[in-house]
Amino acid sequence: MSATTVSVILKDYLYKLAKEGKRQDGRTLDSYREIEITPGVIDSAEGSAKVKIGNTLVYAGIKMQIGTPYPDTPASGVISTSAELLPIAHPDFEAGPPDESAIELARVVDRGIRESGIVQLDKLCITPNEKVWMCYIDLHIIDHDGNLFDACSLAALAAIYNTTVPNARFELGEDCPLPLLPEPPISCTFVKYGGIIVADPAIEEEQVAEARITVATDEKGDIRAMQKGLNGTFTFSEIKEVIKMTQDKGAQIRKMLKKA
Amino acid sequence: MGGKCDIELIDKKGKRVDGRTPEQLRDVKIEVGVLHGADGSCYLEWGGNKVMAGVYGPREAVPRRVQNARRAIVQCKYNMAAFSVDERKRPGPDRRSREISKVISEALEAVVLTEMFPRASIDVNIEILQAEAGTRCAGLTAAAVAMADAGIPMRDIPVACAAGKAGGHVVMDLGKLEDNFGEADLPIAIAPRTGEILLMQMDGHLTPEEFERAFQLAFDGCIKVGELQKKALMEKYAKAVPEGNGNEAAKEE
Repeated sequence: MSATTVSVILKDYLYKLAKEGKRQDGRTLDSYREIEITPGVIDSAEGSAKVKIGNTLVYAGIKMQIGTPYPDTPASGVISTSAELLPIAHPDFEAGPPDESAIELARVVDRGIRESGIVQLDKLCITPNEKVWMCYIDLHIIDHDGNLFDACSLAALAAIYNTTVPNARFELGEDCPLPLLPEPPISCTFVKYGGIIVADPAIEEEQVAEARITVATDEKGDIRAMQKGLNGTFTFSEIKEVIKMTQDKGAQIRKMLKKA
Repeated sequence: MGGKCDIELIDKKGKRVDGRTPEQLRDVKIEVGVLHGADGSCYLEWGGNKVMAGVYGPREAVPRRVQNARRAIVQCKYNMAAFSVDERKRPGPDRRSREISKVISEALEAVVLTEMFPRASIDVNIEILQAEAGTRCAGLTAAAVAMADAGIPMRDIPVACAAGKAGGHVVMDLGKLEDNFGEADLPIAIAPRTGEILLMQMDGHLTPEEFERAFQLAFDGCIKVGELQKKALMEKYAKAVPEGNGNEAAKEE
């Protein structure tokens, strides 16, 4: 992501538009591109979802396996999230082990799910100290046109709500849905450039951005996770504005997720 | 191959476990130009296989030591999603996917007019989202369509299909159980206009007569899938360019 060189013309153009409070694709500052959520697209996964935000396309797949718990949480299941920035998604992505942006992406998505506690890990324990369910969330990024953070978080959530614990396959009784809380926190990402803050950045906006922030809020409007990125800065009043926008957008997106 | 199972892979009436006849393909669905970022792309479903292919290039080959001063190279990356199989696959390339990437690269390179682009690379990415036997054939078939969509000059559109032996019968396009418990698998890729063989692998056990029959079935399968490739491309580009000459179309826009 970071290696991309941006033409001076594009940068000047976006900054000029920013001065008038406009964006290149005509969206208002706080609006999202069209969001499409399709759960259950992969039969080989225990849960899956395809999410499109504009042209950005991400698949999330969940595999459930049995493993040993961590010694400090002997009676809890394990969640692990990984993201692959595939070379198919963007001309600058290269095959190979995840680079730092893929790791940051996976960790932000992971925190959004783990810290919110929506997956009830204590119910994923089979035998304390010995056997627990391991829930692997894999994010397959197929087309990158900006805002992978939100696309991946949303895909991971949609896949989680689509997941069946394959008890029968491991002779542990009947299959059941993953034990979940009903209300997920929703992440919204914003970038700042030329003095404006825009929601759901397209790839060009990310490329010229000075600073980026992702905020997750729950159904009550409480803040559940945050991550600031890039070398620019935000003021406290900007952060408050971003939180407010996240509460509004988050509520809309939560509705879409429930409907999907 | 060679695993043991109690399932009858083919019944007395000649029906296979998934209900197909020995000469029948699984359903194949092809969509062209589905990705925004890639220069050419294709989404393909082949039975339970779900494959996305995206092509970038021709562009400068990196690192420089892989460049060929006389011609372009085709660099294919075949990659399976962790969730594409029953038992989670660890992300990243393994020996199997490296080998498949290599044989597909070579098969595709055989039809590209590589001498037109010295020092360039045509980067072909194949993502297996869901796997159910025959992913290399599905992947190559999708990649060929994506290359055509990217406008890569080619002598032909490669296409692949497998045949093999299951339950003592030679059958076209092995399904999952047939692949796991059958006696032989023969995936091939051809250039359909000339019949040249671009890829051929085989494992298991076939008599020379059975091999000939299997090859014929795989070849027939290739021809059938080749028609679907062309149909999918026509569907996209017939819409993109209305009938009549190009000028009219330009005016309309």
